[in-house]
Amino acid sequence: MSLSLAVFYLLGVVCLGGAVGVVMSRNVVHAALLLLVSLMAVAGLYLLLLAEFLALVQVLIYGGAITIVVLFVIMLTRVQEFRAMRANPQWPLAIVTALGVFVLLAWAIINGAPNETARHSVAFRELGDSLFTKWAVPFEVASLVLLVALIGAIVIARERDAE
Amino acid sequence: MSLIHFQILSAALFSIGIYGVLARRNAVLVLLALELMLNAVNINLIAFAAYGEGAQATGQVIAIFVITVAAAEVGLAMAIILRLFRDRASVDVDEVDLMKW
Repeated sequence: MSLSLAVFYLLGVVCLGGAVGVVMSRNVVHAALLLLVSLMAVAGLYLLLLAEFLALVQVLIYGGAITIVVLFVIMLTRVQEFRAMRANPQWPLAIVTALGVFVLLAWAIINGAPNETARHSVAFRELGDSLFTKWAVPFEVASLVLLVALIGAIVIARERDAE
Repeated sequence: MSLIHFQILSAALFSIGIYGVLARRNAVLVLLALELMLNAVNINLIAFAAYGEGAQATGQVIAIFVITVAAAEVGLAMAIILRLFRDRASVDVDEVDLMKW
């Protein structure tokens, strides 16, 4: 077994283990921290896929921003209530659905996918060129989406004492 | 290590996310499971970008857009959860039925 395959299995186990922890954990703070573990393993997988920039972005956005926002919201809402909260009564159906989706996807992947083994890396320069020439308009739209989401979040979360 | 490895991993992560979205009642935990699903999609995109022939930057650029939308979604969803908690003192998604038919 090659080194990269061993690293892949290690990262895969950490990633899936963290994900199972996120959906199984009774404690919401543990779930948020396990999400961080899982997402950092995904950043490692991006490195295995020779996507260094995406790995950096993953650590910055998910590790630095999203987890912190989630932890802030957990802090601002009541934690005691989270602890007592149990799963939905429909959880057996959820397990069946999740397994069904996985079996369907795995079947499609094994039967349909081209089994490529050679990886190609994308140079930073090539990625930047593509982002600011071919994808310039979607890039601007994405920044508009972020701006609108930011304003919307402020409007929704604002205290409404004045009204 | 081939493309199939990454795709199977991505499918497994997506399925775990589906279970989380369907089975959890806490809105914050539903959102975390949604993040798992978005990451599964990103793994798939970047795996195809790495293993495909030509146009490799496209997969990574679209993954960047997915991450952008995920960030915007988390910000908005957290604001909604905060609002919900302030108005109803609960983050249980079963109790939020204002827009149910």
